Amino acid sequence: MPPSAPTFSDATTVLCIGLILVVPLAIAGLSLINTGLGRSRSAAHMMMSSLGVISVAAIVYFLVGFAWQGYLDSAGYFFTLGGKQWNWLAAERFFLRGLPLDGSAPSLSLWLEMLSVCLAAIIPLGAGADRWRMSAMLLSTMLLAGWTYPLFAHWVWGAGWLSALGANYGLGQGFLDVGGSSTIHCVGGLTALSIAWILGPRRGKYSREGTPMAIPGHNAVYMTFGCLLALMGWIGLNGAGAILFAGVDPGATVLIGVNTLLSAASAGLTAAIITKIRFRKPDVSLSVNGWVGGLVASSAACVYMLPPEAVVVGAIAGGLVTLSIEWFELRLGVDDPGGAVSAHGLGGLWGVLAAGLIGSAANGHGQLLAQIVGIATLLGFVFPLTYGMNWLLDRIHRQRVEQEGERQGMDLFELGAGAYPEFVTHNDESSQRGM
Amino acid sequence: MKILGFLILLAGWAIVLAALVLLAKEGARGVFVFAGVGVEVTGLVLVIRAHMAPSGLGD
Repeated sequence: MPPSAPTFSDATTVLCIGLILVVPLAIAGLSLINTGLGRSRSAAHMMMSSLGVISVAAIVYFLVGFAWQGYLDSAGYFFTLGGKQWNWLAAERFFLRGLPLDGSAPSLSLWLEMLSVCLAAIIPLGAGADRWRMSAMLLSTMLLAGWTYPLFAHWVWGAGWLSALGANYGLGQGFLDVGGSSTIHCVGGLTALSIAWILGPRRGKYSREGTPMAIPGHNAVYMTFGCLLALMGWIGLNGAGAILFAGVDPGATVLIGVNTLLSAASAGLTAAIITKIRFRKPDVSLSVNGWVGGLVASSAACVYMLPPEAVVVGAIAGGLVTLSIEWFELRLGVDDPGGAVSAHGLGGLWGVLAAGLIGSAANGHGQLLAQIVGIATLLGFVFPLTYGMNWLLDRIHRQRVEQEGERQGMDLFELGAGAYPEFVTHNDESSQRGM
Repeated sequence: MKILGFLILLAGWAIVLAALVLLAKEGARGVFVFAGVGVEVTGLVLVIRAHMAPSGLGD
């Protein structure tokens, strides 16, 4: 059976609160990384958009999202198929009515889930950097926080049908993802890919022949400091998720913290080594994305792995993210300035798969099959859903900024002031083209 | 081609769900789940190719 909501001792409650308190650092870290990887003339816009997206995500989740996601013991909507009950949607009340916010397991779950949806909503910003209108961004966030994320997260974290694959069909412990590799990062990464495709590449990114031009990120300090903040936030996210959604012993927080750090470290190092070999010097942007990919991949099985296994999972994530970023840009024509599709989308998919291949949970084919069913659901249902909704939104409210906005920069065009007022001229390809 | 690709993605997912519901033997269920994922990969390739058309790239 999927785990039911545990009853906590005071010490566990305090530990959970402490872990959840640091989760916003992951959001801050990703915001800084997205900003650093974008252009200087869109930096204020990116940070302002991050605040806007967090605000909208939290409010929409409060209004309707939690009612549809619920928690482990929530009432749910079921249908029966092949003699088994499929729990597909929570039946909580809107506006959090009836939920005591008192430190109980359901209230802690709500708090973590609300922060998780904010983190998921930040991810597509990296893919839409330098060309995504803020109004469209906020509307797209409403769709993510109000429907896509709660629906899938209910299936995984709210005693939904994916988590019940073990009880219903004998597939191991059912779909496992304690820290959000799938619920947060794959959902965010697949939305990021949808946004990158719907918006199209930045002006000047590709020549008429399709050759990509390098548009480097503008601030390596933001990127690397963002990585350090993200590490702290991730330890909180993975630790609190393991206690609340998998019911593990609070003492396992130590293992989770060690595994999270090792996975990020090996991923970042792998990315740095690969870029050093290929370009003679380590590339900051790709190493940062590798680090994030390692964090993302650690989340699903952070409590089921031993430290050596976490190193392996992180190293594979670092290599996968580094090589796939180039593949997306060069071969597929996907302009993703923040590397969100690779770091969160592919990193998340690898993390989910790794939970079925490596670690104590991977004891037999059943668990692997449960993880593959989860991956199939992400690709076969969540991706068409999020693409379709954003495509429809684009028909109603154009998501890409006007050409003049890209030429001026999003800061001046949408906010009227830049992040760095001492920069008065732009000497890049768009300005030259316009002269 | 884009819409067809997304429909094939959904069809692949339907095969995975059907394998869970209709097949009881572990081996057959596994084969059909992998077959469904294979169909999804086909759909994904179609969607990717649809977005790789020259008109999709910036100038």
